[in-house]
Amino acid sequence: MARINSPAELEEFRKDIISKKDPNRPCIAVCTGTGCLALGAANVVAAFKEEIEKQKLQSKVDVVDIRETGCPGFCERGPIIVIYPEEICYLQVQPGDAKEIIFETILGKKIIDRLLYVDLTADKKVVHESEIPFYKNQKRLLLGNNIKIDPKSIDDYLALGGYSALVKALFHLTPEQVLELVKNSKLRGRGGAGFLTGVKWEFARRSPDKTKYVIVNADEGDPGAFMDRALLEGNPHAVLEGLIIGAYAIGSHEGYFYVRQEYPLAVKNIGIAIKQAEEYGFVGKNILGSGFDFTIKVHQGAGAFVCGEETALLMSLEGKPGEPRPRPPYPAVKGLWGKPTNINNVETWANVPLIIKNGSDFLTSIGTEGSKGTKIFSLVGKVNNTGLVEVPMGITLRDIIYKVGGGIPGGKKFKAVQTGGPSGGCIPEEFLDIQVDFDELAKVGAIMGSGGMIVMDEDTCMVDVARYFLNFLTDESCGKCTPCREGIRQMLKILTNISKGRGREGDIELLEELARTTGDASLCALGRTAPNPVLSTIRYFRDEYEAHIKDKRCPAYVCKELISYYIDPDKCQACMICLRKCPAEAIDGGKNRIHIIDQNKCTKCGTCFEVCPSRFGAVTRLSGEPVPPPFPEEKRTIVRKSKDK
Amino acid sequence: MDKGKIDKIIDKYEGDAGSLIQALLEIQSENRWLPKEVLAKVSKKLNVPLSRIQHIVTFYKAFSLVPKGRHEVHVCTGTACHVRGAPRLLDSVKDLIGISPGETDMDLKYSLETVNCVGCCALGPVMVIDGEYYGKMSPAKSEDVLKNYD
Ligand SMILES: Cc1cc2nc3c(=O)[nH]c(=O)nc-3n(C[C@H](O)[C@H](O)[C@H](O)COP(=O)(O)O)c2cc1C
Ligand code: FES
Repeated sequence: MARINSPAELEEFRKDIISKKDPNRPCIAVCTGTGCLALGAANVVAAFKEEIEKQKLQSKVDVVDIRETGCPGFCERGPIIVIYPEEICYLQVQPGDAKEIIFETILGKKIIDRLLYVDLTADKKVVHESEIPFYKNQKRLLLGNNIKIDPKSIDDYLALGGYSALVKALFHLTPEQVLELVKNSKLRGRGGAGFLTGVKWEFARRSPDKTKYVIVNADEGDPGAFMDRALLEGNPHAVLEGLIIGAYAIGSHEGYFYVRQEYPLAVKNIGIAIKQAEEYGFVGKNILGSGFDFTIKVHQGAGAFVCGEETALLMSLEGKPGEPRPRPPYPAVKGLWGKPTNINNVETWANVPLIIKNGSDFLTSIGTEGSKGTKIFSLVGKVNNTGLVEVPMGITLRDIIYKVGGGIPGGKKFKAVQTGGPSGGCIPEEFLDIQVDFDELAKVGAIMGSGGMIVMDEDTCMVDVARYFLNFLTDESCGKCTPCREGIRQMLKILTNISKGRGREGDIELLEELARTTGDASLCALGRTAPNPVLSTIRYFRDEYEAHIKDKRCPAYVCKELISYYIDPDKCQACMICLRKCPAEAIDGGKNRIHIIDQNKCTKCGTCFEVCPSRFGAVTRLSGEPVPPPFPEEKRTIVRKSKDK
Repeated sequence: MDKGKIDKIIDKYEGDAGSLIQALLEIQSENRWLPKEVLAKVSKKLNVPLSRIQHIVTFYKAFSLVPKGRHEVHVCTGTACHVRGAPRLLDSVKDLIGISPGETDMDLKYSLETVNCVGCCALGPVMVIDGEYYGKMSPAKSEDVLKNYD
């Protein structure tokens, strides 16, 4: 491919790509994002390819294209395919379905009912992707294109109008005008703090230095979130285009992608995207003949959560241990190698082309007063439709969890939703109707964060959740400042004691005090926000803490030291299932002999509870009460009456 | 250990102290651990004191200073997996292969690690063995899965 040297040449080229694509030619888009791959999407693709080859040999016609795409979000029902041009969506597709799909749907134009989404509330099957409630209630400005493009093909991105925002910026707007558009759009950073992007750019632009850097923060350290990964894997050019535009506005000629190494596919796709963009002349010297130069490097993180924090990230980029430093000076003044640097999150950058292309009103028309546009959340945990969801700011939590997420599985009761990852908080039922935006979430003691949203039901123990996050944070605290290093460790100690039944009167107050000190005195936001999981669970679920401390009881039956498993002799049918499955060999019994758990041997793995047939329901969990003494030996034999006697 | 390949990686970054982490990552992914001699060579070629290299390789989790087992078992302990029972899964895997996270057994058969979210929370709890994903795991199922590795 030859370099493209002017906007006119680009439009010419774009026309050419589009004209070569027959809009009526069938195409099967298969999600090959990490979730679907784990569910076997690679085998599905292989099966389709094989089937198509056979078809070609037999009838000498090439009937359909296969497109391997990034994640469209509905991971729960993967592997997902969408068939164009009709936009038929099939879920949970297996390799064995490939032949039928080619013959029935592609050649025969018939829908295969079995693979459709079933809308239980309306009791009907749904054919098109956009009509599935999971998608219908979203606003997918950023994720929507994932299923429409092959992330490894820059031409696919161009066919959808890609890089036209770049042309507009470079040829029709001055850097100041680009800056003005971003400022007016009121876009706020999606990496956590929600700082106004335009304002941040302006600081960097005004910093008097010839060399400036722009950086994509793709460290995504929140343990339970994968929005940025989906964008990088599924639509890398959108992020890239945003970055080049930002560099132009700020006056930077060098950029970095800082990607965590746990995301090999994202690293690969972004590498391919940069290479293609260089070949086409969107990156490099004299971009599209505009005179603007910009080069990009990819840097991999090495597994440290704190490196997502911007000053730590800069240290890591310089090849040093990722320890944060105090701000000011802010990176906009003194950043990478001491030069002015602008760091934004992946999703923030991906919003930029939309604003440039459609104007700032496009963004301000969506969302709430203080938060504009959409936000991608990774909706996970105890929710029916696990996956990535992109919703307009201002939607209620209830709508996200029930309308998009389809509610709580297994008829269980909702308990809380955790937003913001390890720096965030748990929100109880009573606040489900708040509008989701930066400010409202902060008011109830949580944060927007980068977009993790973990739904918890009655089987989740809130003390355990707080302990979980602090355990994560002690591991990840870099250790440089004492309040963070020691504060988190002490809070974790107390929480661990509580969850092991060693909690003492006064522990809650001590936790609160430690939390305040850690929050006030820590160097970076890791420590400053570390108390949030503790404080918000105490605030809304103090009774659970008290149950652990006073009654040595875990109401959700999670904390191992506080629960026991017990077989109800009246219900046990001596079926031997639990006895065989128990990995600790802690169950005594036999054929027609009521089973008993040896409490000394039991490791509380819960296997017996899981495998006991639900029609018996003999295995129960106890907490805060003693286990009844073993059933007397002489009564343990079950005498069965046979039917014909 | 393929010395030729490792030397090639080190040569590529000669004199480029800023790329220390990238060089170490590449060696780690090629060799799966970082032997002492290699670190000494990196120190010399990239012109970084060995003490700083030690700081880096102990600070970042991606690096291993001991050889890894034939099979790398990763149990996801991300939040989504946690609330769906990852702790119980981890306990049973620990029992089954007899080592704790961060360890490798004496026969160099297994290395066990925990990871924070592998990006398929919909399948939680998740376990990854040598890059193969196993979703919707339970203590009982993990035993069946581990049987297939030797
Ligand atoms: C402990 C810690 C971890 C962070 N991790 C990330 C991250 O993984 N990705 C990210 O974009 N921002 C992360 N941030 C926020 C960054 O410091 C920074 O605010 C952000 O990248 C700015 O981009 P934005 O303005 O586009 O949000 C983290 C902050 C802290 C304190
Ligand atoms: S938390 Fe385990 S895959 Fe996301």
